[in-house]
Amino acid sequence: MTAAHARFALVLLSCLWPALAIAQPARIGSKQFTESVILGEIARLAARDAGVPAVHERELGGTSILWQALRQGDIDAYPEYTGTLSHELLHDVPADADIATLRVRLKPLGIGITDSLGFDNTYAIGMRRDEAAQLGIERISDLRAHASLRFGFSNEFMDRGDGWPGLRRAYALPQTKVSGLDHALSYRAVASGAVDAIDLYSTDAEIPYYHLRVLRDDRHYFPRYQAVFLYRLALERDRPAFVAALRQLADRIDEQTMRAMNAAVKLDRRRDSAVAADFLGTHIEVGRRGLWQRLRQRSVEHVELVAISLGLALLLAIPLGIVAARRRRLGQLVIAASGVLQTVPSLAMFVFMIPLLGIGTWPAVAALFLYSLLPIVRNTHAGLVGIAPELIESAAALGLPPRVRLRRIELPLAMRSILAGIKTAAVINVGTATLAALIGAGGYGQPILTGIRLDSIPLILEGAIPAAVLALLVQGLFELVEKWLTPRGLRLQARQ
Amino acid sequence: MAAADAGGGICFALEGASKRYGDVVALQPVELAFEAGSTTALIGSSGSGKSTVLRLLLGLERSDSGCVRVDGRVLQPADVLALRRRVGYVIQDGGLFPHLTAMGNLGLLPQHLGWALPRIRERAQALARLTRLPADALARYPAELSGGQRQRVALMRALMVDPDALLLDEPLGALDPIVRHELQEQLQRIFAELGKTVIVVTHDLAEAAWFARRLVLLRRGAVVQDGSYADLRDRPADDFVRRFVQAQRTLPTAP
Repeated sequence: MTAAHARFALVLLSCLWPALAIAQPARIGSKQFTESVILGEIARLAARDAGVPAVHERELGGTSILWQALRQGDIDAYPEYTGTLSHELLHDVPADADIATLRVRLKPLGIGITDSLGFDNTYAIGMRRDEAAQLGIERISDLRAHASLRFGFSNEFMDRGDGWPGLRRAYALPQTKVSGLDHALSYRAVASGAVDAIDLYSTDAEIPYYHLRVLRDDRHYFPRYQAVFLYRLALERDRPAFVAALRQLADRIDEQTMRAMNAAVKLDRRRDSAVAADFLGTHIEVGRRGLWQRLRQRSVEHVELVAISLGLALLLAIPLGIVAARRRRLGQLVIAASGVLQTVPSLAMFVFMIPLLGIGTWPAVAALFLYSLLPIVRNTHAGLVGIAPELIESAAALGLPPRVRLRRIELPLAMRSILAGIKTAAVINVGTATLAALIGAGGYGQPILTGIRLDSIPLILEGAIPAAVLALLVQGLFELVEKWLTPRGLRLQARQ
Repeated sequence: MAAADAGGGICFALEGASKRYGDVVALQPVELAFEAGSTTALIGSSGSGKSTVLRLLLGLERSDSGCVRVDGRVLQPADVLALRRRVGYVIQDGGLFPHLTAMGNLGLLPQHLGWALPRIRERAQALARLTRLPADALARYPAELSGGQRQRVALMRALMVDPDALLLDEPLGALDPIVRHELQEQLQRIFAELGKTVIVVTHDLAEAAWFARRLVLLRRGAVVQDGSYADLRDRPADDFVRRFVQAQRTLPTAP
């Protein structure tokens, strides 16, 4: 417990330190998909080259996480799309609002927006290039002349009002052979000729890979999803060089360039920082950290998350369990409350923490802390309530005060149950902590997230294997502790 | 030993004390006094209220009516802890704490009272001689002791800080006849040597008569007869007492 205390103080100190330091790097966030990460990396390198030290908090999560993090000042900038702003983030904004309109609406929120980076990432229709050339199809309206073409659309696109039903009406498309496909499979379906046209996102890496042509949306049916950077307006005053560097990226990336960069990372497995540096014509920092270094850093992060959250949970959960055992009514309430916490889906729990604590280590620790409570509270309660009544009475009859009875008799008798609860909490904690990477807390979840994004099994394993090993280690460690802390007399008794 | 331990004892009294658990009456309002230094046996079948008397005297339960007097003063909740340290309490299967060795069990209260380790060890060894417990048994855990040894350790634990009174609730109830017989003789000797107030609860009339000159027979939470074994045998208060006496198969030679 004292070690946990010391570590807690140390972490607190190391968290406060950056706040005290004067030159704090600009923090750029990115969402959990390749394009966003590449754009984040481009921004970081552009800022660095403009003389502003910057860090890239990569793959923080989905839109709402980045948006909240920006509004709270946990990050200074991140790449976003105009369509997302007008459809999801801002209310009472026309769906086709241009950037000037958005800029006016964002200003009161303290958020600035750059001009378009030069490309849209929106729904589009794609065909095999050779087939399109043969049929002379360049625009979506050209499809009208070929009623026998077979379409394969993702289920989401089939169902959405602004998907296939709206598209068909807008262009008066005559095709009847339309089937639902999984998006991951649709590229292969169109490449093999199983279907003739599919829906896609206009900057998908697979477009050049499968030699597809993106048909021009000549009636401007699809909403615009222009790529932009959002940043905190305060930076215009505090960090003008940083804002200037972001603004200079406007109009420099067209759809083809973005597609090529996506393909380089996703399909050719190049590093996103290298791809970003190539685009800017700059270099990246040399000395890529080796596997062991990465592993060590993630282990430190992961163990820190688990140790701090578990240590804090012990400080609260054991006293709660004791109170619960002493007062039946209150006890039921305490156990029910911690049970309710347990039913909150872990992803939701992490996201709930953002408005309260921002992103990074502390919200993750808070979420893991809440998850650790129930097993410990419940087992402490069960261990104490399960003590034979004649032993409780013997202890009372001896003339020992309640506090001494608790320490010398009741807690040792409940020790097995309490330790089992702590072990359960620790093992759950190690697993759940992999989700902490979603809110920027690092750990073994980081390579898993990147691996899922890049569809790379080796990367996923780079996080999953150490996490599994750590869970086993924790299990083994607690079994040793259990042997060591369970009084010999109880083991003898259990054997009889 | 006997000289060092001889104390005045405590006098206890129940004055109109009663106890019920929900609808079940454990003890009807009862008047009972136990003189300092006397040995009394409470007898009766299970559910007669004899254990409840001990629990009231120790403050493990509070009486619903009337009061408990200790050395003439009404027992208040604030005095309970101090009283328990002056009273040794032994229950049927010993109530030894399984996570501590015999020695650990013996040391609990003395340690809390600030006794030095050598003093605790010395006292434990003296009590081991008194109860004829093999010295090496002190290092063992309750699970490693025989039933008779466990009861000896429980008795020793009750005697560690030299209490003024001993309350025993069926102390020999879980033992086989030979060990039981042996311990009965030892206990009788120990009671006589120590000269403390002793109240022993048993359902066995022969055992009661062996330990105590005064027997109190309870039935359904009320005292049926209070007197010597001879009184119960020759002048039973009612038909129940007659049947209770006749139901005992083996009778001791008159004490």
